[in-house]
Amino acid sequence: MSDTTARRAALEEALLPPIVALAVVLVIGDLLILAYGEAPGAVWRLMLEGTWGNAYGIGQVLYKATTLACTGLAVAVALRAGLFNIGAEGQLAAGGFGAAIAGLALPAGTPSIIATPVCIAAALLFGGMVAAVPGVLRAKFGAHEVIVTIMMNFIVLALLNYVIAAHLHVPETLHTPSVHAGTIERIGSVIPAFHGSAVNWSVVVVGTAVSAVAWYLFRTRAGFELRAVGLQPGVAEYGGVNVSRTWMRALALSGAIAGLGGVNFVLGYKGYYEDGFAGGAGFLGIAVALVGRNHPLGVVIAALFFATLSQGGLAINAMVPKQIVEVLQGIVILAVAASVPEVRRLVRKAAGARRSGMPTSMPTATEELRAARMSGDQRPSA
Amino acid sequence: MTASVGGPTAVVRMNGIQKYFGAVHANRGAEIEVGAGEIHALVGENGAGKSTLMKILSGMQAPDGGGVEVGGRDVTGWTTAQAIAAGVGMVHQHFMLVPTLTVAENVVLGREPVSVATFDRDRAIREVEELSKQSGLIVPANRLVADLSVGEAQRVEILKTLYRGARILLLDEPTAVLSPPEVTELWAVLRRVRDTGTTIILITHKLDEVMAVTERITVMRQGATVARMATRATTPEGIAKAMVGRDVDLSVQTSAGSVGRGKGLGDEGGGGTGLTVRNLTVRGARVEKAVNDVSFTVSAGEILGIAGVEGNGQTELLEAISGLRGVTSGSIRIGDREITHASVRERGDAGLSHIPEDRHQRGLILEYSVADNLILGQQHRFSRSGVMDRAAVATNAAKQVAAFDVRPTDASLAVRTLSGGNQQKVVIARELSRDFIVLLAAQPTRGVDVGAIEFIHDTLRKARDAGKAILLVSAELREVLSLADRVAVMYGGRFVAVMSRADASEDALGPYMTGARKAETESAA
Repeated sequence: MSDTTARRAALEEALLPPIVALAVVLVIGDLLILAYGEAPGAVWRLMLEGTWGNAYGIGQVLYKATTLACTGLAVAVALRAGLFNIGAEGQLAAGGFGAAIAGLALPAGTPSIIATPVCIAAALLFGGMVAAVPGVLRAKFGAHEVIVTIMMNFIVLALLNYVIAAHLHVPETLHTPSVHAGTIERIGSVIPAFHGSAVNWSVVVVGTAVSAVAWYLFRTRAGFELRAVGLQPGVAEYGGVNVSRTWMRALALSGAIAGLGGVNFVLGYKGYYEDGFAGGAGFLGIAVALVGRNHPLGVVIAALFFATLSQGGLAINAMVPKQIVEVLQGIVILAVAASVPEVRRLVRKAAGARRSGMPTSMPTATEELRAARMSGDQRPSA
Repeated sequence: MTASVGGPTAVVRMNGIQKYFGAVHANRGAEIEVGAGEIHALVGENGAGKSTLMKILSGMQAPDGGGVEVGGRDVTGWTTAQAIAAGVGMVHQHFMLVPTLTVAENVVLGREPVSVATFDRDRAIREVEELSKQSGLIVPANRLVADLSVGEAQRVEILKTLYRGARILLLDEPTAVLSPPEVTELWAVLRRVRDTGTTIILITHKLDEVMAVTERITVMRQGATVARMATRATTPEGIAKAMVGRDVDLSVQTSAGSVGRGKGLGDEGGGGTGLTVRNLTVRGARVEKAVNDVSFTVSAGEILGIAGVEGNGQTELLEAISGLRGVTSGSIRIGDREITHASVRERGDAGLSHIPEDRHQRGLILEYSVADNLILGQQHRFSRSGVMDRAAVATNAAKQVAAFDVRPTDASLAVRTLSGGNQQKVVIARELSRDFIVLLAAQPTRGVDVGAIEFIHDTLRKARDAGKAILLVSAELREVLSLADRVAVMYGGRFVAVMSRADASEDALGPYMTGARKAETESAA
């Protein structure tokens, strides 16, 4: 097998699931829209116009994708280390809270060049600390991170709710006072076309973070070891990697990335922490990671996709209930999670049918890889 | 080369079998003819396509070309269910038994006798005992499978296949987990089963087994049948030549090292100390003392071979030395450095190299490239301030791939895509190319073809001659005898015998391996 076919197989493996998911979504979306007595074409067009059709829509999509990229990347990094972080929701909230606390603690008039990094660091720290708890419990006591991260969601969200409601809220609301320093400007204030949309320079911060994480995972020794632990912990241990410490590090990093997402809302959009702002974005991060195949680039694409659905739901609300979009999001997740091996088998069968009678032709690269996996040691030496 | 066999009496006839796994042409015109009531050997190197051929016969895979006949009926492309119904049963290399059920329950699983909608346990036991008596496969019908020895478990596996009415029995490398006496017993059982009219196909790459028990041989190489012969009319050398396609030296070499040959236990003359283990006790997964107060020394320039049936503490011993398992008491030293509680990385830096017994569980990250796997364990040497030095990794890969003849030569491929033998070469290249004093070599040739075995053995001998201390653990007695300067037998967590190579032979070691003879050497420790 040549290098190019291997690469093509990798590409195919990365691209096939989202494409299949998209196709499934279109078909089921059509049916749902028809059930409401509307024309699917018109609704889809409206959705596209309301999202990618104008600068405001694009801005809104980018804004939503910024948060989702963080929670998605958080889940993806943990999964790369073999851990399932269900706690992105709580970590995102904690990160936003950390940013707000830092912004409130700084004196008014602190220059942004200092205040914003301090607030961002606080977001990373708070998110990271929340996720470090399951990391430590896993490493020291073998407590399963799925259980602990779920429980941490309840604890963190309830705790934040209490702190806000009892000590920090502006009367009649459930949000903190506006931060004194550290806010991040909206892009609309520089590029007028984006005026009114929530997209802000956090998108650049998060974009940089995504690149940094990609570099960390694929270029550094720590990333080499993290991925090794995720793929085969026994082999990593044999290779001198401290598996427990890698788990702790990975979860802390994961939480910090989720926490960074809070910056987008708190510093970039509202200027204060509001109870419940994280609602859903943490859990949707799992879907983003899943569709993005745990790759930073894939996560960004998936985040844009889910953000488009979410913003598109608002655009089509006049014709069909926007809840349709939530149904579609669920279907994407199901399609990616469940149908992919099935679909691939179908594709393979179709390829097989084309090939029947001429056994010397090349099979698809995916098939080849799969066969290599199945046959294991039974393959002839080249 | 091919003498026609069977004629009308052939019960299995496979012709021109083609099978592709993607671009891999696993069977290219493979053929086999097996006569009724014979024990037939299907031999070939790993990757020669034997298992694929048998999977096609047993319905687990459909051929891409060619025909399969069983009992004169064309059954090409049948399913496993159809194969079982027609009396073709496969006994797999890895047991497929439920440990929490009894022997009888396991045997009848899937075909349980039923009386009024409930499982008729008495009848199951009766039927199993009857079949057991008929076939000579003596098993305790009421014992839990979890309590059985490996040999007993294998008998249950065969019995299970017979219970389903198998008249053609396929055995895939059945002796891999057995001690020599158990192997002898298995042959007796197979002959008896054969005498009741069952046809047996034995997949193996061990030539002594072929000579011992079979009547006819089909040899495969690179997916094709290259020879068919009658066992009586050939020699192990003849079979090996057909398997590999060239002459192979099969003699058990006894070339001892340039230093430190045949010393007594704890004797530290010659090349200086490599590995020193004192009073080592290690807890196992289920037993308190998987390794029980073991002491030994491996000198520089010496190979100490540990023989023994698997599961007698060898795994735990190596894990303790390599830092993968905690030590209850005792001490381990490499050269003069105490490493009893050191981390895996510290041990590596102290000069420990380790070919793990299971390359998939320990040795290789299958999704990683060959190049990345070639530096595993030394990633701290191939990075600068925390960033991987990709140029150095690539240079190292190119060097090792060439030196150890890893194929394909593209080091950017995932290790998963390599054959078993080449995967093992990657492990060996990595462990032998690092700077080391002591090498732990566990099952270094497991799942590796004959050609690669020679190469690996030569590599180990060269390392020994270069003054390395090597601790070899192998389930293959032949391998231990071929490589070691001294042989220790491990049984029940202890070294029950240690002897120089000159005194060691299968006959001398066998009784110790089964526990029939106990140590008189403990005092020598």
